[in-house]
Amino acid sequence: MPAKVHLDHIGMAFPTPSGTFRALAPLNLTIETGRFVSLVGPSGCGKSTLFNIVAGLLQPTEGRVLIDGEDATGTIGRVGYMLQKDLLLPWRTVLDNVILGMEIQGVPLGEARERALPLLRRYGLAGFEHLYPHSLSGGMRQRAALLRTLLFDTDVILLDEPFGALDAQTKLQMQEWLMTLWSDFKKTVVFVTHDVDEAIYLSDEIHAMGTRPGRVLETIPIPLERPRPRSISMTPAFIAIKEHCFELLTADAGSQQNAA
Amino acid sequence: MTVQDTRPIADLAKPAPARHTTAARSKPVRRLPVQKDWPTWVIVGTQFGILVGIIALWEIAARTGAIDAFFWSQPSAIWHTLTIFFTEGDAWTDISFTFRSTIFGFAIGTTVGSFLGLSFWWSRNYAAIVQPYIICFESMPKLALAPLIILVFGLGLTSKVAIATALTLVVSTLTTYAGVKALDPDGEKLFYSLGASRWQVFRKLVIPFCLPWTISVLRVNIGLALTGAIVGEFIASQHGLGRQILYAGQTYDIALVWVAVFVLSALAIVMYAAVSWLESILRKGVKQ
Repeated sequence: MPAKVHLDHIGMAFPTPSGTFRALAPLNLTIETGRFVSLVGPSGCGKSTLFNIVAGLLQPTEGRVLIDGEDATGTIGRVGYMLQKDLLLPWRTVLDNVILGMEIQGVPLGEARERALPLLRRYGLAGFEHLYPHSLSGGMRQRAALLRTLLFDTDVILLDEPFGALDAQTKLQMQEWLMTLWSDFKKTVVFVTHDVDEAIYLSDEIHAMGTRPGRVLETIPIPLERPRPRSISMTPAFIAIKEHCFELLTADAGSQQNAA
Repeated sequence: MTVQDTRPIADLAKPAPARHTTAARSKPVRRLPVQKDWPTWVIVGTQFGILVGIIALWEIAARTGAIDAFFWSQPSAIWHTLTIFFTEGDAWTDISFTFRSTIFGFAIGTTVGSFLGLSFWWSRNYAAIVQPYIICFESMPKLALAPLIILVFGLGLTSKVAIATALTLVVSTLTTYAGVKALDPDGEKLFYSLGASRWQVFRKLVIPFCLPWTISVLRVNIGLALTGAIVGEFIASQHGLGRQILYAGQTYDIALVWVAVFVLSALAIVMYAAVSWLESILRKGVKQ
């Protein structure tokens, strides 16, 4: 059985007045079905570029994106993609925002709403279904945006720093909420974050990324048992992984400074 | 040691509070200015009083000969002309003519203009090519074209509608295009990541996003459309309040000039109020 997502020698270079800028070194990445995978790295390591390529919104200068072994390079609508901003449409209610993906795919409105309503209620948006986004808190808006991505009904979802703008307290709540969703929906998740703690707590596997050009430094498996209690971040195993991640990322940042 | 240490401190400390108090005393005491709202009946009563005062002064001045009643007319004569205009004259034909020219011009100009503005979303190349023409047409005084429009479209309603359209169209185009330019590219990205077609992005994102911009020019456009219709009637027309004003002026029927101007103002107020109401309804539907 082929891997869920396989990036085969994906590279990206932009022409600039001062020569070509390499955003991504040709990289290979394999993501197995049903796994929760995080990409961790500093700003400018090409995480967003990579996501845009996988979502088909950007044509890579080289390489192919394989989904279920099929060439999906440059095709849109194959994976669910949640951008950093929630991008809820202010003229639609929460319910009608959440069904946007289904609506675009041609699911009749009534049916789409019927499918979405119980999920909104089960996943913490009960009572908000018919409100407009402006009356929701940041956490609630992120929930709605995530449910919109999930209800688009693709096997793979890409989450680009979904909790980056939330306060620490809300962030922790949202992480646990995301874990519930992930174990209920059995999706393959690719998650981008700056937050190493967040990545370790959520993932099966972390790809640490470096800059100039963007590349994968190392793939770190997270062999921690699930479900994971919050206190897991105090265990020696967790701390050891965290230290290793920091070493990797600081070493890369250091070599960049020496080079510059 | 300790005595020596405390003395200078005490000396220093003494004058300080004294200076403080004098400074506080010399500073003027200022309170937050608070304006008291008068009750509504006082406001309305004053407004009414001013109106009555102006009319009374006008009438008195005309009767005593302080102003020349031939040029300025007088309220009693205007009132007399007004009743004749409505009972024996063709008030309703004129009102209806001006009203229809304005509304048609307003509707056509706003609709076509908005769609023209939206159409720029479809192709950046097309937008780049067409834009200089739009800006050229925008800066041109469109009323200068009115005589030409009358020649082409004739003396009837069509030419007045055409002038009103010319005035409103560009405003709507440019404002709606400003909406298109304000569109967040990430919003489009979201739609495409969900597998949307361009037509779906246009219908479900671009149109609702730009609607507030389109709505915001409705009130401006109704005023412009009325101006266009009146100017058209000034130049050549068989009906309309504009024609009535011109005709009365040329025959020195100053009272009739005033009557037509007042009726025109009333029509403008009614249409403005109707468009404001329409705007509030649309806004409720668009932005929550």
